[in-house]
Amino acid sequence: MSEVLFLVDHSAGKITKAAGELATYAKSIGDSVAVVFADNAQPIVDQLNAFPVDKVITIAGEFDKYGPAAIADGLAQLLTDRKPAAVLITSTANGKEIAARASVITGSGIITDAVNVDKDLITTQSVFGGSTTVHATVTKGVPIITLRANSIEATGAASSAAVETFAATISEAAKLAPITSSTPVVKGGRPDLTEASIVVSGGRGTNGDFKPVEALADALGAAVGASRAATDAGWYPHSNQVGQTGKTVSPQLYVAAGISGAIQHRAGMQTSKTIVAINKDPEAPILEIADFAVVGDLFNVLPQATAQIIARKG
Amino acid sequence: MKIAICIKQVPDSWAEKKMAGGVLDRAGVDAVLNDLDEYAVEEALRIVEANSPTKEAGEGSGHTITLISMGPERATEAIRKALSMGADDAILVTDPSLAGSDALATSLVLSEVIKKGNYDLVLCGTESTDARMSVIPAMISQRLGWAQLTFAGKVAVNPAANTVEIERVTEFGNQVMSAKFPAVLSVVEKINEPRYPSFKGIMAAKKKPITNMSLADTGVGSSDVGSAAAWSNVKEALPRPPRGAGVKLTDEGNGGEKLVEFLVEKRLA
Repeated sequence: MSEVLFLVDHSAGKITKAAGELATYAKSIGDSVAVVFADNAQPIVDQLNAFPVDKVITIAGEFDKYGPAAIADGLAQLLTDRKPAAVLITSTANGKEIAARASVITGSGIITDAVNVDKDLITTQSVFGGSTTVHATVTKGVPIITLRANSIEATGAASSAAVETFAATISEAAKLAPITSSTPVVKGGRPDLTEASIVVSGGRGTNGDFKPVEALADALGAAVGASRAATDAGWYPHSNQVGQTGKTVSPQLYVAAGISGAIQHRAGMQTSKTIVAINKDPEAPILEIADFAVVGDLFNVLPQATAQIIARKG
Repeated sequence: MKIAICIKQVPDSWAEKKMAGGVLDRAGVDAVLNDLDEYAVEEALRIVEANSPTKEAGEGSGHTITLISMGPERATEAIRKALSMGADDAILVTDPSLAGSDALATSLVLSEVIKKGNYDLVLCGTESTDARMSVIPAMISQRLGWAQLTFAGKVAVNPAANTVEIERVTEFGNQVMSAKFPAVLSVVEKINEPRYPSFKGIMAAKKKPITNMSLADTGVGSSDVGSAAAWSNVKEALPRPPRGAGVKLTDEGNGGEKLVEFLVEKRLA
């Protein structure tokens, strides 16, 4: 079987949920090989063993200090050395830049933001705000494919992967912009927006009061999103914006409360598996794409739903 | 300082977009300056204004802002918009052989144009609202061998020391990075509030020079660009089937309960 490499995202010694998803994709194509950039990789290897991983390659060095440019250097050297069938990377800001640079260095084609990759390495992308589905392949070099988080359910399959180390160097060009200080994201109690299985979002209809949105989100164990109207008004942090110029989410369930559903918002959530909308305006475009729509006041509907969910949990 | 800004004309993000022959059908939709490039233009203007004896960009500032774009003739409309905001001049690479170019080819052409200009800083938006790949700034940085300072939520330039420091804003948190000139920057939305072109700016933009370059002028070979040279291949593009009409009801006091019933039925709650 040919090897399919995947790059493991981790921060503060913890792998992201997307790492398990990439392992699952890799295993469906060939031998899944995790690539870990870390000086102390053992805790990360231990976590990866919960997923279908055949091998782990660890690369130590000053990669934290020099960021994506340095990781791209290391990854490119590994690709040249092992000539895998493909390399899978999560579609994050970092992931896409690593993919971009590695693609230039190795002369390989790149596909970003795939929502699936099949055993023949044909990718599926949802473009133009979800209005068009594209199937594509890489035709040159090692296919470098970035996949959106949450596009597959990670298979839990305990493994005990063999661990190898790889020695990579960082070029002078990649050392030109060192990271001088870092502030990790302050994690709230809620799941990360792009990784969450459920997202509850509020828009203009909240009039700035996100309490009912947050209460429903907490009852469902969901992340909280916001429309651009809500973030522009300063009602909710910009980091929670869903839409064309914000985050793209694709959860199992997306609840849009008081969001009209302009095309720019739909661009960020249209591929959600199930869409529920609550809006006072019976003509709101969001209602047209909702699987379940309630025409009504979110300040009545959300608290009632929240109470019901809490009651059901007992 | 010599600053370049990479800009792109894109289909209006409010317009419905369609594919034609494996690439975006650009002819049939309104085209505008990529929204996210406006932040790069604004940031470049602020950098110059902060370091100009006249407190203004343009002549007398001692700095220049050049727009660089690749696209059809029609892209001059988007270029005029950015010129009317206050950029000084522009270079447009237009060539029939560029049609269907992927990000690798686009970054190659832009890099070759940048190499000829002796710039200190290159600014970009984080992505175009049509392709949405977010890879061009990183590819340009890699090709030029310049420092990559991308996803900047804050930019501080020190022209005397030839240094630039940014705060990189990503899903993993914020990082401060710094480098000497030359550097490639991309700026996130919300770094600033792009100005509206003034009447004076719009009038002035009509007289600002736009240099047209062919592919041959850039020094890139035609075999390296266009759809035939793309390193990825679209096999098919299908309109997404419309979502089936869902249940729509009006709240009569039990809308929340009905909603939960639906979620339970779908095993979502």
